[in-house]
Amino acid sequence: MNIVVCVKYVPDAQSDRTFSDDKTTDRAGVDGLLSELDEYAVEEALKLVEAGEGEVTVVTIGPDEAAEAVKKALQMGADKGVHISDDAIHGSDAVATSLLLAEAIKKIGQPDLILTGMGSTDGLMNIVPTMVAERLGLPAVTLVSSLEVNGSTVTGRRDGDTASETIEASLPALVSVTDQTNEPRYPSFKGIMAAKKKPVETWSLGDLGVDAGQVGLNNAWVQVESFEARPPREQGQVVTDEGDGGTKLAEFLSTHKFV
Amino acid sequence: MAEVLVLVDHTDGQVKKTTAELLTIAREIGTPSAVFVGSNVDAARPRLAQFGAEKVYVVDNPDVTGYLVAPLAEALATIAEQAQPAAILLPTTAHYKEAAGRLAIKLNSGVITDATGVEVADGAVNVLKQAFAASYTTRSKVTQGTPIITVKPNVTAPTAAQASATPVPVEVTVSDAAKGAKITETKPKEKSGRPELTEAAIVVSGGRGTSGDFSPVEALADTLGAAVGASRAAVDAGWYPHSNQVGQTGKQVSPQLYVAAGISGAIQHRAGMQTSKTIVAINKDEEAPIFELVDFGVVGDLFQVLPQATEAIKSAKNG
Ligand SMILES: Cc1cc2nc3c(=O)[nH]c(=O)nc-3n(C[C@H](O)[C@H](O)[C@H](O)COP(=O)(O)OP(=O)(O)OC[C@H]3O[C@@H](n4cnc5c(N)ncnc54)[C@H](O)[C@@H]3O)c2cc1C
Repeated sequence: MNIVVCVKYVPDAQSDRTFSDDKTTDRAGVDGLLSELDEYAVEEALKLVEAGEGEVTVVTIGPDEAAEAVKKALQMGADKGVHISDDAIHGSDAVATSLLLAEAIKKIGQPDLILTGMGSTDGLMNIVPTMVAERLGLPAVTLVSSLEVNGSTVTGRRDGDTASETIEASLPALVSVTDQTNEPRYPSFKGIMAAKKKPVETWSLGDLGVDAGQVGLNNAWVQVESFEARPPREQGQVVTDEGDGGTKLAEFLSTHKFV
Repeated sequence: MAEVLVLVDHTDGQVKKTTAELLTIAREIGTPSAVFVGSNVDAARPRLAQFGAEKVYVVDNPDVTGYLVAPLAEALATIAEQAQPAAILLPTTAHYKEAAGRLAIKLNSGVITDATGVEVADGAVNVLKQAFAASYTTRSKVTQGTPIITVKPNVTAPTAAQASATPVPVEVTVSDAAKGAKITETKPKEKSGRPELTEAAIVVSGGRGTSGDFSPVEALADTLGAAVGASRAAVDAGWYPHSNQVGQTGKQVSPQLYVAAGISGAIQHRAGMQTSKTIVAINKDEEAPIFELVDFGVVGDLFQVLPQATEAIKSAKNG
């Protein structure tokens, strides 16, 4: 079974994330990393291939530094990487991103399974996976907390609010996994060494046959007009419990009419 | 005035509050038309009429509900082609967000999810949303195609405006391609009897500090009529269901009051709760980052503080 995993290089959530002057995510001023939510997809792909046969290809879109995300996935055990990089892509929105990923997956060669995380830790729209499936005309089994492949059928369990659902699709299909799915492995020393020899291709828009007029900030379907930092919360009152902490809490709640 | 499509969120015709909110927003953009998918539309019509839906497009076709979002997106695209709406509004849930995504590709339109506000000025629809764990608010707009916007609960107070809610049956033929992801089994979850997490006015959450005993958290929640939330540490330990997780990979809540008990306040947890109006924390560690956010905090053991507060509230109520 051949699997393509879509991964994203994101600014570290632990750092002070902000926007650049052009109102896109600032990627220069903060450390980046492979989105933690994509590690679950990489892990799931590795497990499936290890249990059978086939290859795991990871694909990312992003500036030069985004190669780090591919590298991390290769260190975890993926077989090859594709890095889509082109200045014209900067500022692309979800619609454009899904176009680029869909074209890249076609060029890689229709895999049996496309795996993604539940969302990126920076954008968190959680819709690009479904949009990629829509473009490729594939079923999407999304947000599953466990999955199984039997022959040409993939079955996933989705833990929803009102019900737990079992969802089934025929391969080829796209599956997005949540952070409840597995425990992503850390790259081993051997994995880190092996990754250095694994093939990574860098593709431009031209390689994908995508016109520059379809992507990038100026052609985005959604434009960010402005951004504003949330004003810091005013320092509230903190009391130490000396046997009456609960009473004081109750008083606070009644004064503020929550009771 | 152009139509604005509002996808109705309902259980068997019982319309959720978020739909009233979406209809209220839709009235500022144009003339609201509800889109009702499922059966029992008659139960829903009075409420849709009350909040201003002139038309109700009715899609009653089991093929649309038995599969993951692709058939729903086809149905919405069919209606959009007919109605040529000024905007399409959907509730923010995992399911409807994905339908919005597929629809955006079909209509070659921009999509904005998780809106925390929608402002209409000179015909332009500006959307507010939170970014980077809610440390920023952005204002954005769709510049190509029909704006497709998923709106979060509680972003506006619904106001009534009687309309006719005239039913318009819609025939949709779901393509075979859209029937790819079939829901083969649905196990309903036990209802807690508490308010829904994302819609609740008050949320009381517990973390690793509960050591697995959520009873003081639940007791306080019940005296306040609150929903119960949990940190990921508590969910990962198996102490509380994932559907109650608050944070980046759980629910993003914005209640009037958020109470965090035994939760340290990691950035991923903040992402789900820092837009709450009032924040209260109980934590043994006075250095816990959650205290940076609070309006009121108690440094102490939650097993002492919560029961005492619960008792005090109960006796105040009875007195
Ligand atoms: C990709 C990713 C996504 C994530 N998504 C989420 C998410 O959606 N939601 C989320 O919550 N986390 C999320 N996390 C995890 C997050 O980073 C933290 O690990 C988690 O929030 C910690 O939960 P906690 O505060 O309950 O536990 P801890 O950080 O261990 O804090 C427990 C707190 O309880 C206090 N305490 C202990 N005993 C008592 C007592 N008896 N009385 C009072 N206080 C006590 C301690 O002082 C401590 O501050 C995510 C992480 C990653 C990497």
